Amino acid sequence: MKNYKLAALTGLTALMSAPAAFAGIDESVNAAFAKVTGPFVSLIFSPFPGTNFPWIVGWLVVAATVFSVYFAFIQFRAFRLSISIVKGDYSDPNDAGEVSHFQALATALSGTVGLGNIAGVAVAVGIGGPGATFWMILAGLLGMASKFTECTLGVKYRNEYADGTVSGGPMYYISKGFAERGVPGGKFMAVLFSIFCILGALGGGNMFQANQAHAQISGVLGEYPGWITGVIFAGVVFAVIVGGIKSIARVTEKVVPFMGVMYVGAALIILIVNADQIGWAIGQIFNGAFTGLGVAGGMVGALIQGFKRAAFSNEAGVGSAAIAHAAVRTKEPITEGLVSLLEPFIDTVVICTMTALVITISGALIVDPATGNYMLNEAGSAIATVGDVSGVGLTSAAFATGFSWFPFVLAIAVILFAFSTMISWSYYGLKAWTYLFGEGQGKELTFKIIFCIFVVIGAAANLGPVIDFSDAAIFAMAVVNITALYFLMPVVKRELESFMSRIKSGEIKKFKH
Amino acid sequence: MSLKIVVGLDGSGSGNRALDHAKRMAKLVGSCELILVYVIEWSPYTFQTPEENAKRHGRREEEIALAHSRVIDPAVAAVQSDGFKAKGVVLHGDVATLLNEVAVGEDASQIVVGRSSEHGIKQRVFGSATSNLVMHAQLPVTVVA
Repeated sequence: MKNYKLAALTGLTALMSAPAAFAGIDESVNAAFAKVTGPFVSLIFSPFPGTNFPWIVGWLVVAATVFSVYFAFIQFRAFRLSISIVKGDYSDPNDAGEVSHFQALATALSGTVGLGNIAGVAVAVGIGGPGATFWMILAGLLGMASKFTECTLGVKYRNEYADGTVSGGPMYYISKGFAERGVPGGKFMAVLFSIFCILGALGGGNMFQANQAHAQISGVLGEYPGWITGVIFAGVVFAVIVGGIKSIARVTEKVVPFMGVMYVGAALIILIVNADQIGWAIGQIFNGAFTGLGVAGGMVGALIQGFKRAAFSNEAGVGSAAIAHAAVRTKEPITEGLVSLLEPFIDTVVICTMTALVITISGALIVDPATGNYMLNEAGSAIATVGDVSGVGLTSAAFATGFSWFPFVLAIAVILFAFSTMISWSYYGLKAWTYLFGEGQGKELTFKIIFCIFVVIGAAANLGPVIDFSDAAIFAMAVVNITALYFLMPVVKRELESFMSRIKSGEIKKFKH
Repeated sequence: MSLKIVVGLDGSGSGNRALDHAKRMAKLVGSCELILVYVIEWSPYTFQTPEENAKRHGRREEEIALAHSRVIDPAVAAVQSDGFKAKGVVLHGDVATLLNEVAVGEDASQIVVGRSSEHGIKQRVFGSATSNLVMHAQLPVTVVA
């Protein structure tokens, strides 16, 4: 016993007296991580032959366009109807106490609104220039149709168990929907989706969040090793998902929307104060979208960055939202599809655009006075910024031009956003895990512990490899999910036509509240 | 046609005093039916984790069963054994709104409630369920101290 104590004490003093060892841990985690994930990342992001356009970006945009056309631009046609459904106009009062449309939307949003909106947009604008914003908004608008398709299916083919719990998501609609339509391979694809979903949960839903949360905290408090943030975060996540300490999750879920409103509010104030520059910024966005304004990769660079970050931020076509939306109480799956199409709108078209405008207006991106184009940094990989910041650091610096204290608020917002996204993705990952291995406390605990370990790895690794792996894993989900959506979209169309005709005929009426 | 009185119960002493008062009135009126209502505070506009949502349906059933077994069913049985007509309702939502809705829907003559049992900041900011009911009800309300 004494020996243990002595060893622990020696270990502790060693830790305290050897800051160099901290950096050593970070470095080795980083190197090992980049090596392991490299091949997977290259496969997902390999470009179309002869171009530098990643095939996966084309895949997402083509899908979103196909769904938009197939459903005759449902995202614009039914926008008002969607808002009316969220308000509860079509909810049966007898279902009071069940999960409402608003709650399902809010839960799904708290999984997507997060670092993608703050750090992801900064990455896009930093590399692709303001023009990336244009493509991001376009991808957001088209993505609304993808989200509509997957969330309708998520509710339609969910599992309802005897104890009243529900499980839904792509793995269920792929296996059940394919069987129903007589398409082979449903089971295989559902398994494949689940594997990618687990990787996505560990990547974008976990490591990327931990990584950027650490970047933000160390930006405010001063540099220190990432794994320390990782261990603290992992501890809190562990307390919630394993310890079942609901109060932490509950507080987060309540503070996050408040933070979101505050973020948009701060962005709006900065934009109003600089109202004279908004015209110029919009000009930059449009010009940049088609000319590139001399940024890395030119116009195609702006387009790729915009599309990539939009998809990463709103997850349309990825399938994750279908898991979150499946819990709603409704007799009409299509109503949840209609509600879910508001998600990319709020996430990408509103919040991401705010971030992009603030960064553009702030002057954080350095313009070459001679040419009027943006200057590249020394490596030539991104636009040079004041103070050489990127990711969440760039957003923070941009907001600081309006409010000097904002980095502190942003640090808190980032931590909370990161945390709530982790909680959401731990659930998505868990659903995929139990789909593969079956329900059971031991099996669930295994996944939850793996999830916590990845928090530490994510905080310790560099942004480059983490963001690459996160994107790759999330896009891999989209490969399987969208393939399935193509097969199942006639089901959604049938539901939509039946619902719309019953609204027209007056069979489905608004309830008096 | 008999008179109907809606009584708001909350499982506390003030709810029971409201019920006692309603019974006294019923005795005086003679032909009278008591409708006992228990409202579980709920709003469709809250923020929840995915896990809470997934389990919500089951949790709701539990809440309703619990409200019946702990509050409404014993109260209905007691009122019936005293010789009155009575029925019980358990609902999710806003207390003031629902008590009024039930009373209007049943064509009741009045609502009897106890003085609110809420305290602190919530009451100061949003007002108590009782005062909200008094302000907005479409029929007479008796508040029992």
